[in-house]
Amino acid sequence: MSQVLVVAEHAGNKLNASTAKTVKAATTLAGAEVVVAVFTPGGSPVAAQAAQLTGVTRVLEVTHASNEHQLAATLAPQVAEVGKSFTHLFAPSTTFGKDLMPRVAALLDAPQISDVMSIESETRFRRPIYAGNAITTVEVAAGTKIVATIRTASFEAAAGGGNAKVETVASNATLPSHSRFVSLAAASADRPDLQSASKVISGGRALASADAFKIIYGLADKLGAAVGASRAAVDAGYAPNDMQVGQTGKIIAPELYIAIGISGAIQHLTGIKDARTIVAINKDSEAPIFEVADIGIVGDLFTIVPELEKLIDASKR
Amino acid sequence: METSQPRRILVAIKRVVDYNVRIRVKPDGTGVMLDGVKLSINPFDQIAVEEALRIKERGRADEVVIATVAPADAQATLRNALAMGAQRALHVVTDGAHLEPLGVARVLLKLVEKEKPFLVILGKQAIDDDNNQTGQMLAALWDRPQATFASKIELTDSAARVTREVDAGLETLEVDLPAVVTTDLRLNEPRFVKLPEIMKAKSKPLETIALASLGVPPDVRVKVTKTEPPAGRQRGIMVKDTAALFAELQKRGLV
Repeated sequence: MSQVLVVAEHAGNKLNASTAKTVKAATTLAGAEVVVAVFTPGGSPVAAQAAQLTGVTRVLEVTHASNEHQLAATLAPQVAEVGKSFTHLFAPSTTFGKDLMPRVAALLDAPQISDVMSIESETRFRRPIYAGNAITTVEVAAGTKIVATIRTASFEAAAGGGNAKVETVASNATLPSHSRFVSLAAASADRPDLQSASKVISGGRALASADAFKIIYGLADKLGAAVGASRAAVDAGYAPNDMQVGQTGKIIAPELYIAIGISGAIQHLTGIKDARTIVAINKDSEAPIFEVADIGIVGDLFTIVPELEKLIDASKR
Repeated sequence: METSQPRRILVAIKRVVDYNVRIRVKPDGTGVMLDGVKLSINPFDQIAVEEALRIKERGRADEVVIATVAPADAQATLRNALAMGAQRALHVVTDGAHLEPLGVARVLLKLVEKEKPFLVILGKQAIDDDNNQTGQMLAALWDRPQATFASKIELTDSAARVTREVDAGLETLEVDLPAVVTTDLRLNEPRFVKLPEIMKAKSKPLETIALASLGVPPDVRVKVTKTEPPAGRQRGIMVKDTAALFAELQKRGLV
């Protein structure tokens, strides 16, 4: 039987939604014992929150003063210590899990499987390569300890309503002091984060200037959407690099993606192909973006976007 | 007496299928078609090379050494990084042996022990296997700090202050040197290589090292048993005007 350790991601007093999705992934392993490990400085409600997730057998809260900040350098030795007796160690494939788990895998001399999108058995997993342009099935020998990050877009969140036992252990391990947290500048609060937003509006080269690109922000704000840009728009200086969507930028999977004035270069399509619904607005009816769009409209974006804004405003009244 | 050691940055790079290539899965499911496909330096590694060069140009490093763990024919990729401005290169020749990220990290640790860099920079992930593991694993094996997904690096003599692109925003860490830093897209925009530099790079030192001589055995534990194309997207519907677009979005509960 598999014993799965799920490393909880949290922000001090709130469990991150990615944890519930990782728990859900763990429960797809038949008959698995699912233990959530929560690393805190103590006095945090996150262990209790993890205990409510359906499918969790037990919550292990490890308290240590250094856990106030969730740094890979100090978490990894703790996770590796707890993880010794588990067959599988999972964390969400967020920047938290991506940073932490390879360090854990190296400490445990275990292979890591990144971005797991489905679990076929205790030893067989599916994961994307080439930014999702190919899907591989990977297999390890029976009895191999596996470290994995779980692609959160592939799993629903485990439901609440559970009541697992919480065990708290105070750790006095000597942890490295070579890595220190300085600050966290939260992403702009007035607009959702591009990586995790449920709606994303992106602009391309057809916007033709940084000033004209503002029309994208306007529509995004009306829809409560994050803003992205094609590499062409970024290279032309219309939008900053951190807004780039595509293979060399952010790979996203929102519920709604609206591509405005984006022709649909391969490297851009790679970044959006897991979006639930793709809408394309482009004046070129031959643009490749229409081949992947669920809803397409051929026309001038500078006409269509203001019209769309008006219709949205009217529907809110 | 302590001999003064040059302040050295080691940059690990990987040759991958160029990011502009539309990859195709082999019909028999045994992998991705690589014959005749354009290969280039992994874009994130190119950013790593650029950052190391900028640190040297600011006078904070004496030497930039490029390393790769790859088959013999990957030398051109190293020459390209040398043409960007690095001083020399190390080529660990794999000759058909396959290494997983942990194996590559073990090889890089051998190079770190040999070169004693104060900073190792590599891309956060290679755009072929998308593993995002090697840098973190090297840091663990080396027992040194890691600062992944860097968008800014500021150095003092004994520490690096690194801004990281994390889901919650921008996190800044201070790490003691030596350390491993992995690059994110926003860190810099790599320079273009000029023809005279390409010529000059041909005579820069490039040391080849047989993988077997490092005592890191190939260790394949994760076997790829099948490669498939992703579920394709269907071409959807075209609407004639904005009103029809809005109606369709409403129908699907998206606005």
